[in-house]
Amino acid sequence: MTPFSAILQRDMRLALRVGGGALMGVLFFLIVVTLVPFAVGPDLVQLRRIGPAILWLGALLASLLTLDRLLAADHEDGSLDLLLMGTTPPELAVLVKAAAHWITSCLPLVIATPLLGLFLNLEPLAIGAVALTLLAGTPALTCIGLIGAALSVALRRGGLLLPILVLPLTVPVLIFGVAASNAAILGTSFGAPFMILCALSLGSLVLGPFAAAAALRHGLE
Amino acid sequence: MLQLSASGLGCVRGSRSVFDHLNLKLSSGEALALVGPNGAGKSSLLRLIAGLLRPAAGRIELTGGAPENTIGEQAHYLGHLDALKASLTVAENLAFWIRYLGGDIGSLRGALASLGLGELADLPAAYLSAGQRRRLSLARLIAISRPIWLLDEPTSALDAAGRERLTELMRQHLAGGGLIIAATHGPLGIESRELRLGGPA
Repeated sequence: MTPFSAILQRDMRLALRVGGGALMGVLFFLIVVTLVPFAVGPDLVQLRRIGPAILWLGALLASLLTLDRLLAADHEDGSLDLLLMGTTPPELAVLVKAAAHWITSCLPLVIATPLLGLFLNLEPLAIGAVALTLLAGTPALTCIGLIGAALSVALRRGGLLLPILVLPLTVPVLIFGVAASNAAILGTSFGAPFMILCALSLGSLVLGPFAAAAALRHGLE
Repeated sequence: MLQLSASGLGCVRGSRSVFDHLNLKLSSGEALALVGPNGAGKSSLLRLIAGLLRPAAGRIELTGGAPENTIGEQAHYLGHLDALKASLTVAENLAFWIRYLGGDIGSLRGALASLGLGELADLPAAYLSAGQRRRLSLARLIAISRPIWLLDEPTSALDAAGRERLTELMRQHLAGGGLIIAATHGPLGIESRELRLGGPA
């Protein structure tokens, strides 16, 4: 277990110490959500109606913000070469890196959701539903983003390629995340969309690391 | 007894053939110096052996090593990049690689001290000079025991004392049955065979 805890500990330490990861994502989330009332106007009923969608969009964009450094930083300073020369399979190494990213970048978004929900005039039930769906759905965002991060390293393109690659793939997560939140608010069936959301997360948890490792192996040059 | 051999090795970068039909053979306790002009493929050859590049042709084999591990998993690669994180301290940087690459964490202080970095253990790596960063990378080689050392310009940025220390470490490694392949423009300071790449320099 030592190699895994070593990566987890190092990545979390880096994210917290550079002042990058955790805080930056939450601040971006805060800004996006506070901008919305300025754009759509202070209509409380309307805000309550579109609140879950705004929170989901904000969280989606904020989680992408730090993703392009997930593997690129290690690639630039040569760490990635050494990570690939370890006895740990690259699939597991990138999975642990994704886990560290989720803990430092996505978990703070989930924790900040109740506060930002108040900004959008959401009721406690709706806030709980959005936070729960974000908790279940953000692992999918991280793991899909992991594929994009590996591809942008392998193709040696800058960070701008990443959102273009990743955002279209996150559409199902967004649809079912918002659908489950709205279902909870309207009192219709919450179970079905929420289960699909969980399935998306579990599926990408399996697929993401393999695809990312394959991209890294293929990009070796 | 370890034996590293490559036969008919070819390397293509971009669409340019860097070298082909390259053969080499190296056994425990031997050092090989790769020499040649810039762009002759010295670094590429090291990365091929480390498994960080795929050969366009030919194969690399290691006999006598751990059969379940790849060559890369039994080799240290010291490239141009230091693989150091600026915001982690000297000791944290080394401790991470020891834990990840499977060394003994108890060897950390000794490895730092032997490269003259003992006093700097708690300093963030951002404040290290180029030579000190190099020394920290070298500390990785002795903190984690791996039989094959692949060194790309190991003496760059090192002062005279550092070069002397490196020579000593390489001697110890060879005496312990390891093998070294180093790309270099200057003398290595140890007895080594020479492989010239890319025609006359």
